[in-house]
Amino acid sequence: MPVLPDRVDRDAPAHAERREALLGLLAEHDRQLALANAGGGERYVERHHKRGKLLARERVELLLDPDSPFLELSPLAAWGTDYTVGASVVTGIGVVENTEVLIQAHDPTVRGGAVNPFGAKKQGRASQIARENRLPVVNLVESGGADLPTQSEIFIPGGAGFRDLTQKSAAAIPTLSLVFGNSTAGGAYVPGMSDYVVMVEGRAKVFLGGPPLVKMATGEVSEDEELGGAEMHARVSGLADYLAVDEQDAIRIGRQIVRRLNRRKLGPAPAASYSEPLYDVDDLLGIVPTDLREPFDPHDVLARILDGSEFDEFKPLYGSSLVTGFGQLHGYPIGVLANARGVLFAEESEKAAQFIQLANQSDTPLLFLQNTTGYMVGKEYEQRGIIKAGAQMINAVSNSDVPHLTINMGASYGAGNYGMCGRAYDPRFLFAWPNAKSAVMGPAQLAGVLSIVARASAEAKGAPYDEAADAAMREMVENQIEAESKALFLTARVYDDGIIDPRDTRTVLGLALSVIHNNEIQGRRGFGVFRM
Amino acid sequence: MISRLLVANRGEIARRVFRTAREMGISTVAVFSDPDAATPFVREADHSVRLAGSTPADTYLRGDLVIAAAQQTGADAIHPGYGFLSENAEFARSVISAGLVWVGPPPDAIEAMGSKLGAKRMMRDAGVPTLPWAADITAAAEVGYPLLVKASAGGGGRGMRIVRDQADLAEAVEAASREAAGAFGDATVFLERYLDAPRHIEVQVLADSHGNVVSLFERECSIQRRHQKIVEEAPSPVVDEALRNQLGAAAVAAARAVGYVGAGTVEFVMTADGTFFFLEMNTRLQVEHPVTELITGLDLVRLQLHVAAGEPLPATALAPTIDGHAIEVRLYAEDACNGFLPVTGTLRSFEVPAGVRVDAGVESGSEVSPYYDAMIAKVISHAPSRGESAGRLAAALAASRLHGVTTNRDLLVRILREPEFLAGRTDTGYLERHDPAVLGAPLLDADAGQVAHLAAAALALQTVSRAAARVWSGLPSGWRNNPATMQRVTLNADGCEAAVSYRFGRDGAITMDVDGRPVEVALHSAENHVVDATISGTRRRYHVVIAPSGETVDVDSSLGASSYRVVPRFADPADQVAAGSLVAPMPGAVVRVLVSQGATVSKGDPLVVLEAMKMEHTVASPADGTVVELRVEAGKQVDAGAVLAVVEGPAG
Repeated sequence: MPVLPDRVDRDAPAHAERREALLGLLAEHDRQLALANAGGGERYVERHHKRGKLLARERVELLLDPDSPFLELSPLAAWGTDYTVGASVVTGIGVVENTEVLIQAHDPTVRGGAVNPFGAKKQGRASQIARENRLPVVNLVESGGADLPTQSEIFIPGGAGFRDLTQKSAAAIPTLSLVFGNSTAGGAYVPGMSDYVVMVEGRAKVFLGGPPLVKMATGEVSEDEELGGAEMHARVSGLADYLAVDEQDAIRIGRQIVRRLNRRKLGPAPAASYSEPLYDVDDLLGIVPTDLREPFDPHDVLARILDGSEFDEFKPLYGSSLVTGFGQLHGYPIGVLANARGVLFAEESEKAAQFIQLANQSDTPLLFLQNTTGYMVGKEYEQRGIIKAGAQMINAVSNSDVPHLTINMGASYGAGNYGMCGRAYDPRFLFAWPNAKSAVMGPAQLAGVLSIVARASAEAKGAPYDEAADAAMREMVENQIEAESKALFLTARVYDDGIIDPRDTRTVLGLALSVIHNNEIQGRRGFGVFRM
Repeated sequence: MISRLLVANRGEIARRVFRTAREMGISTVAVFSDPDAATPFVREADHSVRLAGSTPADTYLRGDLVIAAAQQTGADAIHPGYGFLSENAEFARSVISAGLVWVGPPPDAIEAMGSKLGAKRMMRDAGVPTLPWAADITAAAEVGYPLLVKASAGGGGRGMRIVRDQADLAEAVEAASREAAGAFGDATVFLERYLDAPRHIEVQVLADSHGNVVSLFERECSIQRRHQKIVEEAPSPVVDEALRNQLGAAAVAAARAVGYVGAGTVEFVMTADGTFFFLEMNTRLQVEHPVTELITGLDLVRLQLHVAAGEPLPATALAPTIDGHAIEVRLYAEDACNGFLPVTGTLRSFEVPAGVRVDAGVESGSEVSPYYDAMIAKVISHAPSRGESAGRLAAALAASRLHGVTTNRDLLVRILREPEFLAGRTDTGYLERHDPAVLGAPLLDADAGQVAHLAAAALALQTVSRAAARVWSGLPSGWRNNPATMQRVTLNADGCEAAVSYRFGRDGAITMDVDGRPVEVALHSAENHVVDATISGTRRRYHVVIAPSGETVDVDSSLGASSYRVVPRFADPADQVAAGSLVAPMPGAVVRVLVSQGATVSKGDPLVVLEAMKMEHTVASPADGTVVELRVEAGKQVDAGAVLAVVEGPAG
């Protein structure tokens, strides 16, 4: 089988420079993760621990099988906003009793685990992942409900969370709620809509309205425990299926439930044995330039993430700005589309459309390695129908039924983002490297376009053009677009599922491939493959 | 000729005799008690017969059953081993009268020596030096203090008491009699002058029915705990050629005096100046016979069988020579640091490296039952010199994998490496001068060694949990894209808990701390029970065995040995049932109240019986505790949820 060569010059000064630059970005990413992990800060963490309670991530750890991996999703949601980094909730995919599950855990040290608009978005995304991949959902509940000052942004769309829960149940995707503390008002419907409910004695409080609200609504005087205590729900209302004596016990019961879920994966099993890549994954840090104008060869990336560094390239001589081909990753077959020199021409678009159809014929999941500045512009290309060619590619991506995985390795601009399966094209997972950027176009181009339009408008009015103001405008716009196209900005808005260390790419993809195989892998059939 | 041999014994000695029998083409028969049913000696025998029961009195001491077993299986000879019926003249006579070959001395010789008192008289008459003694306890003053109260029929240290003051005499006599009656079925005791910390020297003799009696040299068995030998060697480091000849002559004279035939041992006590006194003669094969075998190159069991078959001793036995030095240690399932308390349980591993002789009654997985002697094996080394022999034995013991049951291994290793022992200054007071609690302390250093073993255990556990994973098994151990916390395992070593936290980084880098203290660790490989790791700067191979249940981890390395219990991540739910009030599960009538207020109850005890819908429901105590409230009486109608009783657990 064709094995990719090792072409990386590790001694080149440029290699070291690129490595340094990327390590710098990773260090910044680590700092942000540390902020997310700190939750509501030392004081709240200490208070929480003093009450004999576990932190959100401690609950998750205890739930997981020992030594098993865990992929946290959107860990930096709400970065750069008024909310705490991480958006007061932990979501991720882990293994419980040898079953892949989606876990959602409120962080009660951040405003009592109240859900803010970013947290809602993060949870919505996690819920989508669970549905698409048929993952059982384990909710580790302790939340005061909606963050009231922002209720207008949460209340109406947030209702979808409860609908999602019960729709998952209808699709035979099990849902569990382990209630550690408050789960009130709308939050009460999380256990309410779950298949299995465990409540911690003396801690869980599940009611539609707390004592003050009840007093206001009906004049009745009542206490927490009788309104929604765990014992009451276990013995009287029946909302709790299991009464746990403490947090550890609740997690033990949660694991016990998952053990009996009898989950079977619908997709085919991976190859029983496979080879690791031949080359050191550490090289990736020196391969990727931080200056997006500098292209790099995705073969060097594939050589470090595919099993045995083996890659069967498809149509290598045609439309060579996009690399397509088949390989295997952690034992799973995979089709790859990777940008080689940024720009997508008609040939690349046609090649992509054809290749996507082929993958659908053979039920092979697709991996998109993005590094694109978009479809080629210009008179010649427009006249030769670049829109039609790009439309073919976007059509193929949109209507492809095999699961897609997307990694933004660098640039993802313009309609190239669409053709290369950007967020709006619903890849099952989308991760970004810390150097990645994405926007409608580059900051300088965008500012320039605005400047040209303004100048034309001034000219049309016969007004004099303020050059100083133009320069200031361009600088401002450029800075704004630059900031808004950065990986941290995008991940903050849950436009990806997280920023990953390039050295973890193979691990993350292997994990994601395993996850998507919980569902059927079935390509779209219909017409025969159109030769483009 | 003997063609089928029954061994009226168990454990290591049964296996030992079977081994030679097999080599001689003699088929083998075992008898076994119920606790021994699954032990190696039974499995290794060609035929085996169950002796129903557990105690020796019900099984191995039942001569009638043993003879019946021999007849049932067509055995033509019985070897008694040591202990049990080996020095029971009546049994020997029954064997002979049943038409079977008795592999042992003539019953009269057993009887003569079996009565310690009679033996002493006979020895005195034969010119063998004896200690002052008296059969009559009122003659204590003539014997002189300190004195020893001994079971006349005894051996092996049982039924023995040292008395230093007349005031303690009566009590010691009573205790010794009681113990003797229990162990040997004969309560007779006598008094003998006690030498403080003499050497214990014994001579192996061998006699045939053709008038040959030969000495196979001495053994030194001075290192004893509670009169039980634990280290034995041959030759003695203090016996020179002249003394050896005197000892041999005395031993041969003793054997001749009783018309001895077969293998026997004449025991002497010896003072520092080389003066020796007859102690007793053991009319059987001794536990420590292997050291004699190794230095003479003779197989004593083979010679016993030849003699029993009426053959003369071969030339090799008649002109024995000494080659090198042999040391035997007795490995006991006991806690040397805790007053040599016997320990029982499952021996999870029993592996001794090659290069030494191992006579063992157990193997990995064996149960050590409380019914019999706690000795699980003898380990014997043979080398050109005493020092080398001790070194080799210590190394073999230190490298042995012994887990599941506490043994005296560490004590034995320390003795074999202790300067006074190495200098040959051994006497029966050795373990009084050297505190066994200190000498028997774990070889594994409590600090750095323990940390290294804990680290190795954690690394092995994670390897096993990854290997058992059915999903994501190809992904890195404990991988996190957001490494917020560490993996954590809590291990319990003899009641002390230690938490090991770790996280795998890239390229095998591991962040680890043991009980909060950082440990520098690099893992090179972990497979087939071997963890190859550099811990705190030194690379070693740690042999780690995790029980299939995952509950225990046994670690051996050049640092020592340790065993851990893995503390479960979650408490047992059975321990978590909330005690407190007991409520009626449904409406009904109280039929019976089975306890009264203030009663102490155990978990699961029935407290109240209700009748509802023609069915009786028993309400049981959810925990151990006291019934502090009883709210119902028979006949009372109760609603569902009504509190029937309140049980409170022990305070605290």
